[in-house]
Amino acid sequence: MRKLWARLMGLGVLAFLLLPELAQAAGPKAAPLAIVADTRKFTGWEAWWTNLYNESHFYFTLVTVVTIPIVGLIFGVLADIIMSRIGIDLKSRELAEH
Amino acid sequence: MDWLYVLMPIAGVKIFWPGLIILGVGVGIIGGFFGMGGAWMVTPGLNILGFPMAFAIGTDIAHMAGKSLISTMRHGKFGNVDYKLGFIMLVGTVVGFEVGAQMVMWLERLGVVDFYVRLLYIVLLAFITWMVFTDVAKRKRKEREAAAAGKEIDKLATGIEWSKTLHKIKIPPMVHFKQAMIYCSAWLPILVSFLTGWLAGILGIGGGLIRMPSLIYFVGCPTHVAVGTDLFEVMISGLYGTATYTYKGRTELMAAMIMLVGAAVGAQIGTVATKYIKGYGIRIAFGLAVLGCMLSIILKLIPRWVPILKDVMDIGATVLILGLVGCMSLYIFVQMIAGARREVAQKKAKAHVAVG
Repeated sequence: MRKLWARLMGLGVLAFLLLPELAQAAGPKAAPLAIVADTRKFTGWEAWWTNLYNESHFYFTLVTVVTIPIVGLIFGVLADIIMSRIGIDLKSRELAEH
Repeated sequence: MDWLYVLMPIAGVKIFWPGLIILGVGVGIIGGFFGMGGAWMVTPGLNILGFPMAFAIGTDIAHMAGKSLISTMRHGKFGNVDYKLGFIMLVGTVVGFEVGAQMVMWLERLGVVDFYVRLLYIVLLAFITWMVFTDVAKRKRKEREAAAAGKEIDKLATGIEWSKTLHKIKIPPMVHFKQAMIYCSAWLPILVSFLTGWLAGILGIGGGLIRMPSLIYFVGCPTHVAVGTDLFEVMISGLYGTATYTYKGRTELMAAMIMLVGAAVGAQIGTVATKYIKGYGIRIAFGLAVLGCMLSIILKLIPRWVPILKDVMDIGATVLILGLVGCMSLYIFVQMIAGARREVAQKKAKAHVAVG
């Protein structure tokens, strides 16, 4: 049974990785235009960021995909600390429909 | 007042950043409470703030991934996420999405996609609204009957019980989902997720709006577990969506980050509020949100027959959605504060008794 589950999980991950058009189906199709960021307006990290966008969408994507969960995690932990200072129990709840 | 505006590096537009934070808080609260990404609320909001449509969708998905992660963390600690169920449903969702997307392309070639998609969306939302309120009415009737008989009904009892019938279909492999407290054939969540994924693919939405009630009514999850498990799925599909939209150059990371500041707070409020509101409170509020979403789509369809009303209807739909986000967020926030106060007061009273 465990083997079956491992296989099912593996298949799920594989399907997820092999269907790159999935997320695009979720929204209106984007027009096939090349958008170029205007780097002249920026300095410092913003200039680096716009340059990265213009030079390689692949690396730009990698940085974005790594940044989002990390920032989400940091904000989540911060919000957690603030919420726990209120003094409420944040680890249990009563499961009831009514 | 120039400091209130920030120039977006990629989209090249100046955006009112407090607006992004407020929007983040609103959808964070609603997303954490109902277990959905809420693209139908964020995209018009971003558009109003001045984002070009091409960037609004990608930015929305990017912030949704981060926000869902925050909510999933919190729901996970509450024990509201059934990870096994989430992973199994992911398989069906992915395949269903792709089939739905292919169908849309076929309809596009026929040139009828827009009208039929919106019509299907309305029918589906009407069905969900009917399902939620029928369930509420049935549960109340059961409660009245039990009270008349001098009995008390179980606190996990529901009105509609389609899932119990579906659980009787015992096609192997049978699986036990601990958090969701369900024992059923693995094919049930796979089939349900395939159908919800297929519909989401056709409708061009994330799917939380359909998946959350499906988890309740067809799979048989308690409301809180449906919310948490759905958020887990939204988180994974959001990350995947972020990757594909960013690769097409349609994500404004700076805006997503600013929204995340608000969403981090909002997601915590929304998630913690589920602790103080019983399952049926969540279901009724969800039904009302779906009703508002349906009305906004009807408003957008009206100009098809009365083109002169297009501007008025577009504004009306946006005001309706943002008004709905505002009212719902406020309601959830007030409930969370009231619940937290009660809990803190109870703790203090207990401490006094212990000292005394």
